Amino acid sequence: MAASARLGFILLLMPLLLWLTLLIIIPHVDMLMLSLRERVGVGEYETSIANYKTVLTEPLYMRTFMRTAVMSILATLITLLIAFPVSYYIAKMVRGRARSVLFLLCLIPFWVSELVRTFGWMILLRETGVISQFLQWSGLVSGPVEMLYNDAAIMTGLVYTSMLFMVVPLVTTLDSLDDAVIEAGYDLGGSGWSVMREIVIPHAVPGIVSGCIVVFMLSLGNYLTPTMLGGKDSLWFTEMIYSQFIVRFNWELGAAFGFMLLFASSFIIWAMLRLTGQTLERTMG
Amino acid sequence: MIPTIPTPRALRVIWTGYVALFFVYLVLPLAVVAVFAFNDSQFPSLPWQGFTLDWFFGKTAPKIGVFHERSILGAIATSAIVGACVAVLSVAVGTSNAFLFNRYKFRGRGVLYVLMLLPLVVPGIVLGISILVFSSTVANGLWDTAKIDAVFLRPGLVLVVLGQFSFITTIATLVISARLQKFDQSLEEAALNLGANRLTAVRTITIPFLMPAIVGAGVVAFLMSFENFNTTLMLVGSDAPLTIAMFDRLKEGSTPLLNAVSLLLMLGSSLLALTLIAFQKRS
Repeated sequence: MAASARLGFILLLMPLLLWLTLLIIIPHVDMLMLSLRERVGVGEYETSIANYKTVLTEPLYMRTFMRTAVMSILATLITLLIAFPVSYYIAKMVRGRARSVLFLLCLIPFWVSELVRTFGWMILLRETGVISQFLQWSGLVSGPVEMLYNDAAIMTGLVYTSMLFMVVPLVTTLDSLDDAVIEAGYDLGGSGWSVMREIVIPHAVPGIVSGCIVVFMLSLGNYLTPTMLGGKDSLWFTEMIYSQFIVRFNWELGAAFGFMLLFASSFIIWAMLRLTGQTLERTMG
Repeated sequence: MIPTIPTPRALRVIWTGYVALFFVYLVLPLAVVAVFAFNDSQFPSLPWQGFTLDWFFGKTAPKIGVFHERSILGAIATSAIVGACVAVLSVAVGTSNAFLFNRYKFRGRGVLYVLMLLPLVVPGIVLGISILVFSSTVANGLWDTAKIDAVFLRPGLVLVVLGQFSFITTIATLVISARLQKFDQSLEEAALNLGANRLTAVRTITIPFLMPAIVGAGVVAFLMSFENFNTTLMLVGSDAPLTIAMFDRLKEGSTPLLNAVSLLLMLGSSLLALTLIAFQKRS
């Protein structure tokens, strides 16, 4: 029995190890090595940190990097602010059938690919688009307005795309808060706002953290939304990775960019977990 | 602010209005995509030129419909094949992972569990380039040492499948584990007492219990693969899956053909989602 249990264990362990080592660990190590390589002649390479130096000294790269990070943080905060009242409404203010219908309604748009959602925003926001035509028709503006190709359009698209990943964890954690606890808060003389601040929000922290982590990561790593909705000046960091790999064929620099992106997202996630005393297993698993 | 606590009427009204606005915001982009699929015009924008089904069934240029557009149909087929491969692979590995983490206590389990979660927090584009870099290293190595040209390690569908599999497996594992945790192990022990061997017990008792989660994970994996963009973008070769093909067209300028494809996609995925929900309810 012990021998067969051991065999079963090894058989179950194999796929996991193969998957993690061949598709996750070794590729990332390989990418790190590539980013630490400098081309000194035809087919000759040296180990150096030249690529990272380039990233840090070239103002365009650094500016794009910081801009992407700041805008992703902003997108995460806006998503949280928009999603929280909606999630609270679904979890606590409606009951029964209406509640599951509303929750399902929140999910349905996200079964559709991101490309279609972005396309929808393009149809709405462009110069000949629906919103521009509507504004002209209603007499609010006299000529066509271009609302596409700027940072606000990117923000709209990012917030829209990430909404689901905020609403679902928020509804789940708010749902687990017992109504009696809220009632007790009121009985003890709390006002609506103080109950919200001292009972509801602290209880929702795990949901807020896991929602923020996913939304931040999706925004930082987004390629479609900035490319399609952003203008000439609103370069996103992922666009630079793409252009180094596919257009310029400078894989060494592209790998360095990739690592910086990975580092930035891991660092912010780690910081967020640390600050709120959560672990990755609790928030994701 | 719960039904049992009296809330000011104004607050309730404002709150409900806000939630209604939120749903308008959710639906609006999808609604315009769907509506303009029926506009009898070259561009998916106003003014409304009249209703047409040409963008689905049209046979002549410039209005060739989805069902007569070879490249789009080909891309749909490519996406479906990739999606099916990813679904089968990730469900198989996900099931195995679920059993491993639920049934065995071993040293390094915690570390492996965190490692298993990591693909979810690695940006998709980074997963794509890391796999691209590694497979090229291997392919170049094979060529330099043994003069073997490993075509499947160059950008193409095999890499797309591997790239998507690398993070979708985590999701499959989580879905299947969640159900396996609810399984009452004494049922399996009963089967063992009745003379079944371990494998038979798992096959006839545990796997049927897991079926809803396995099917669910498979459908989710298929849909995620079908709509994946970032990882696919870095690994794609000459055969483009649907999202990439649509992206290339969108860059050149859009026609209502894209609206028609999008509408079909919406219908397809909601149909799959609804079947899944029905299936989940039944079992």
